[in-house]
Amino acid sequence: MGEALGLARSYVLLAATWVRAAAQYPLSMAMLTIGSFVVTCLDAAAIVVIFVHTETLGGFSLPEVMFLYGTAGVSFALADMLFGNVDKLGQHVRAGTFDTMLIRPVSPFVQMAVDRFAFQRVGRVLQAAIVLAVALARLHVPWQRAWMIPVMVLCGIVLFTAMWTLGGALQFLLTEAPEIANAFTYGGGQLTQYPLSVYGGELVRAVTFIVPLAFVNWQPALYVLDRPDPFGLPYWLRFAGPVAAVTLACAAGWAWRAGLRRYRSTGS
Amino acid sequence: MIEVDGAGRSFTVTRRKGLLRREREVVHAVSDLSFQIAAGEFVGYLGPNGAGKSTTIKMLTGILAPSAGRIRVAGLDPSRRRTALARHIGVVFGQRTTLWWDLPLKDSFTLIRHLYKVDQVRHRERLAELSDVLELGPFLDKPVRQLSLGQRMRGDIAAALLHDPPVLILDEPTIGLDVVSKAAVREFLRGVNAERGTTVLLTTHDLGDIERLCRRVMLIDHGRLTFDGTLDALRATVPEETSIEDVVTRLYTRTAEPR
Ligand SMILES: Nc1ncnc2c1ncn2[C@@H]1O[C@H](COP(=O)(O)OP(=O)(O)OP(=O)(O)O)[C@@H](O)[C@H]1O
Ligand SMILES: [Mg+2]
Repeated sequence: MGEALGLARSYVLLAATWVRAAAQYPLSMAMLTIGSFVVTCLDAAAIVVIFVHTETLGGFSLPEVMFLYGTAGVSFALADMLFGNVDKLGQHVRAGTFDTMLIRPVSPFVQMAVDRFAFQRVGRVLQAAIVLAVALARLHVPWQRAWMIPVMVLCGIVLFTAMWTLGGALQFLLTEAPEIANAFTYGGGQLTQYPLSVYGGELVRAVTFIVPLAFVNWQPALYVLDRPDPFGLPYWLRFAGPVAAVTLACAAGWAWRAGLRRYRSTGS
Repeated sequence: MIEVDGAGRSFTVTRRKGLLRREREVVHAVSDLSFQIAAGEFVGYLGPNGAGKSTTIKMLTGILAPSAGRIRVAGLDPSRRRTALARHIGVVFGQRTTLWWDLPLKDSFTLIRHLYKVDQVRHRERLAELSDVLELGPFLDKPVRQLSLGQRMRGDIAAALLHDPPVLILDEPTIGLDVVSKAAVREFLRGVNAERGTTVLLTTHDLGDIERLCRRVMLIDHGRLTFDGTLDALRATVPEETSIEDVVTRLYTRTAEPR
């Protein structure tokens, strides 16, 4: 626990240094933040456009879809801002910067995550949070079920981070491999924006039991919105988010450590 | 301060042979390496290209785990206690910087202060001291990518010493420097060793570094230690040659023959 706090402290101090450095150019920082906000707003507008022609999407109303979009969006954007860099391992190995991280007294995982910490990505977090707030204002979720909302956002952050970590760990073995994890995380970020009921049953089973994306928002949202599962999967899966998150995080941590032990640097 | 006992490191490399066939080959970058360096020593580590110098340094700093043998630096096993060891050693890679390319030099130093958790007052004192001796003042505000090689190298050396480590390990710290910068770096390293008692191990292809700085020289070739002793003893191994360049040339070509 003390160790985790120490790492968090290092993260914050290092991130602050990057933000201070970027703040030397306040105009460019403001533009980037606003830019990232506006671009993602277009993304959300697409949902509203869909609802111009139809009352429901996959059996879900506009506020419900906004709820799904907002929870997945907040998780994804926060995970991306805080840890999205860890799958750039291959680049760091090839450039030799990974060697220099290993001579520092802080975990290379933290150093990689915080490298070039990009505060402007907060624009995306903000946008998703606004969508979520609008959805909640129209949904009137009873407080008995609302406790699940922070839990699902947290689990989502852990799940996305674990996927990036797994992708990074893979690059210890295959340094030339492209950033495969991005296909899963960015793909997953897109996929979870909509109710999974718009997709086929095979895909839903795959993202429930293989790549546990369904626990980012879909399963817990069925609980929050008090909906039956369109695919008839067991009720208890709605509470399985933390288990899925912890399992995937452990797997990712193990893979990362195993990869680090096999690290062989470069020849020059 | 540094103990190496029978250390080795091999790499398995796969080589394409034809369209599908791949051949696995084991490269012994370092084999059966043993030496000890006491506190306060200044040791030069010599060897031809590909001899295994950088690999040794990566093992000493914990970047690479040895595939055989036992290593202790400041009493710690580098690959297992890497983060703990980092506080006791300073490392410079001449070939590439340990600083942050896009940040001004002084911001790089701030990041390092946070990484090593040096308190602000001590950091400021130490930085003032180092930038005075290494003359960093004029370019502290410049992004690292805009620095000349010599400026960057001095920045790197300062970065390695900000946390005041008892051991300094340098891989080719004078590579590509002009005679003036080289002299400045050498003078600085000599001072660090003499005044602070810092243990220094450096690899170089510049025999001038060795002649001016190192009381002890180790020679590695094809991953094996072929000489360990004083500079005079090194000269004495080839009595017919007078200049250190010729002596080393003879030694490099001689040890290469049996292969
Ligand atoms: N990551 C690696 N993968 C495969 N082989 C490697 C790796 N690192 C080093 N080697 C091999 O190990 C041997 C020693 O390399 P090393 O970099 O230690 O040499 P060096 O003494 O530092 O040479 P130089 O003077 O050219 O810097 C070389 O044959 C090199 O090809
Ligand atoms: Mg080398």
